[in-house]
Amino acid sequence: MHAPAPTASPKMSARHVNVFYGRKQAIDDVSIDVDMENVTAFIGPSGCGKSTFLRTLNRMNDTIATARVDGEIRLDGEDIYASDMDVVQLRARVGMVFQKPNPFPKSIYENVAYGPRIHGLAASKADLDRIVEQSLTRAGLWGEVKDRLNDSGTALSGGQQQRLCIARAIAVDPEVILMDEPCSALDPIATAKIEELIHELRGKYAIVIVTHNMQQAARVSQRTAFFHLGTLVEYGVTSEIFTNPRQERTKDYITGRYG
Amino acid sequence: MNEHTVKVFDDELGQLRGLVAQMGGLAEEAIESAVEALVRGDLAAAVRVVEGDRRIDALEGEVERLAVQLIALRAPMADDLREVLTGMKFANTLERVADHAKNIAKRVGEIDRSVPIEPMSVLPAMATVAGEMLHDVLDAFAARDVEAAKRVCERDRAVDDLYNSIFRALVTFMMENPKSISQAAHLLFIAKNLERIGDQATNLAEMVHYAATGERMGERERVS
Repeated sequence: MHAPAPTASPKMSARHVNVFYGRKQAIDDVSIDVDMENVTAFIGPSGCGKSTFLRTLNRMNDTIATARVDGEIRLDGEDIYASDMDVVQLRARVGMVFQKPNPFPKSIYENVAYGPRIHGLAASKADLDRIVEQSLTRAGLWGEVKDRLNDSGTALSGGQQQRLCIARAIAVDPEVILMDEPCSALDPIATAKIEELIHELRGKYAIVIVTHNMQQAARVSQRTAFFHLGTLVEYGVTSEIFTNPRQERTKDYITGRYG
Repeated sequence: MNEHTVKVFDDELGQLRGLVAQMGGLAEEAIESAVEALVRGDLAAAVRVVEGDRRIDALEGEVERLAVQLIALRAPMADDLREVLTGMKFANTLERVADHAKNIAKRVGEIDRSVPIEPMSVLPAMATVAGEMLHDVLDAFAARDVEAAKRVCERDRAVDDLYNSIFRALVTFMMENPKSISQAAHLLFIAKNLERIGDQATNLAEMVHYAATGERMGERERVS
């Protein structure tokens, strides 16, 4: 399947993207659009390329020496692989949240303040305080940590750490947030809080989430893309994908008949 | 169809299909026995149909329990989800089909047979068509056969036509001979029961279409 699902205003659009690790091809001719209005979920079995593809959206694969990306990926029409693209700036615009919460070994306040400070987003201490509070509030963590902002971020529970990482991503005022298995290290209650948060952030940011948990994809997303063996097999409205997928391979995967 | 990685899921879906098929078989038998009891005036056979309805009601409860369990524990998706939902709706509709058969059987003792009424002879023909529709839609469900389901819908017209002709004949009878009114009214209700069974077989065919394709049956396919 090469045709991306139609969308009114793609925030990011990928065309004919291939990714190679050395001589091994991990992504084969993927084209897809993601927009602000919908949360997009990438699903597929391990090794299908969904995380690899997610990482092409903010050039995280640049950090892997053997990785090579070709094709075209645009953010608001701008080619993110253009030679004059500032990658640090790009990663502020396209933030990322990882599988394991990875707060800096610093205070809760510093975890959130670090990004805005290095990107020069705060004019004063009061300004920075405001950004920290706003980011923690949006991440649904403010009430739990407002009295202990100087405690270490690593002292929080796993779910709180993950929300701290989301607050950290939000603090630099991104346009897109990429989430790579953000709940797989969390218990069901912490997971529900993150899912609720994703729901609240929808519309403010374009959100793309990679998940192994199909129920989660069904719960949080409005668009689902199914990857298999490096190709995009099917991309469509989530409720359609889970009740009436068009492709046999999608059906086998989501009904548990895969492999 | 490939098997599920979790085998017990396949077992449970198979169980659900089995229960629905069993209900369908019993409902089919109930229609046949009820109309046969009517034609022969066999009260004992009619009572057996009425009592047999309890078994069908119990099976419906079992289907529902299993379907709820499947949804809660297996989180079925795509065609599996449609299959479970359709199984539940099928059981619900089959229960109502069986109720119609029961209602027919209940009237067997009420009918005064001293005055023979000619339209009575059309009822078995109507029962045959409705019963065949039910039989074929159960086969279509088992085989996920969309084409067979569409053919079932096409036959509903025949049942409706038979009903309309019986209706006209019975009204004529009642006008000509007021003494036949009570008897004719019973027969009219029986004809209506059979007509409803045809409608319900059509509904079941639409469910088969949805389970197999994920799409609702188009208007044209239903009435063509």
